Amino acid sequence: MASGTQTSSEYISHHLTNLTFGSHPVNGMSFAHNAQEAAEMGFWAINVDTLGWSIALGVLFTWLFRKVAKTATSGVPGSTQNFVETIIEFVDENVKGIFHHKNDLIAPLSLTIFVWIFLMNTMDLIPVDWIPFVAGQIGASFGADPHHVYMKVVPTTDVNATAGMALSVFALIIFYSIKQKGLGGFLAELSFQPLGKWMLPFNLFLELVGLLAKPISLALRLFGNMYAGEMIFILIALLPFWAQWVLSVPWAIFHILVITLQAFIFMVLTIVYMAMAYDHH
Amino acid sequence: MNINLTIIGQAIAFFIFVVFCMKFVWPPITAALAERKKKIAEGLDAADRAERDLQLAQEKATENMRKGKEEAAAIIEQANKRANQIIEEAKEKAVEEAGRVKAAATAELEQEVNQAREALRGQVATLALAGAEKILEASIDEKAHAQLVEKLAAEL
Repeated sequence: MASGTQTSSEYISHHLTNLTFGSHPVNGMSFAHNAQEAAEMGFWAINVDTLGWSIALGVLFTWLFRKVAKTATSGVPGSTQNFVETIIEFVDENVKGIFHHKNDLIAPLSLTIFVWIFLMNTMDLIPVDWIPFVAGQIGASFGADPHHVYMKVVPTTDVNATAGMALSVFALIIFYSIKQKGLGGFLAELSFQPLGKWMLPFNLFLELVGLLAKPISLALRLFGNMYAGEMIFILIALLPFWAQWVLSVPWAIFHILVITLQAFIFMVLTIVYMAMAYDHH
Repeated sequence: MNINLTIIGQAIAFFIFVVFCMKFVWPPITAALAERKKKIAEGLDAADRAERDLQLAQEKATENMRKGKEEAAAIIEQANKRANQIIEEAKEKAVEEAGRVKAAATAELEQEVNQAREALRGQVATLALAGAEKILEASIDEKAHAQLVEKLAAEL
């Protein structure tokens, strides 16, 4: 839907820019008018769209599950409870299959990761122009130029969101590694493997790379998959409107698999990493 | 695409959702699931037990029926025996009674015969006397010969 005043590249970059709010060196506290201004704001800025949508979806998730949890019956379950129970049993089975220690955090953590990421990914299936268009109109009603109102509706296409979760998981990995093995045990595991104590610097380098690869791969796998998927949708949206469905429908159907799979992979890898933090090597 | 505060905001949101989930979502639902599992296990157990009980009851009923039939057969046999016995007794009594009746009849008959004989004897004496009177015509003293006639009648 490249309008007359917008070139294709402008359209694409508009769709790939977050709505950033922060302190600009020149404009002060404000929304960034373009990607360059957002970059100039540096670290002390927030992507309002990413945080807004992810928190809204997280609240939707907790609200729905809390509603079921409050009225959960051991008798005949209603349809909502049935649905929620299916998800919980699915997650529970995965956790029990991989993680064999006693920990009350892992299962709810996995559930949150799976459902929340799934919901965030699902935003990808909403046609790419709908919400940005509405946001542009709302922005225009406040006197802003619609072309400068950015709205990226899929939080997982923002590396901040995926990295935020991956780093939280990383913090838990470090925490439980030290809790289970002691600080000395954890450092020893990093230093004396795989080649014995005489190769300590090499071991340390190897293990640290391995350790750091966990959050980075978690964050970038999810981000990369969703970003690429979103990109395809945006490119398809550049076609004439009557031809878009030929590509967008098959891609959306395929994407149903991708969004589920990516949520599942993030969850399973988290469980695996936590199990590794518990296991002695 | 800049790394900025969003990363920390996302981490905080993530933390809050996980804690909420851990405190208020996971325990009640898994508790309900565990309880349902227990209920189902108990139900299946109860069904098994009921089936076993039913089998036992059926066996007992069959046994009772068999016993009942045996008892009934024994009672019928006993009744038949008793009936035969009663018939035998009745027969014996009847024979006895018949004997008694017959004896009484015989005795009565004998008595009547005797009476008839006595009566005949008296009349014979009179007849003989009358005959003799006719034969002898008035030559006979009734008193003198009565003794003789009586003697004759007694000989009859």
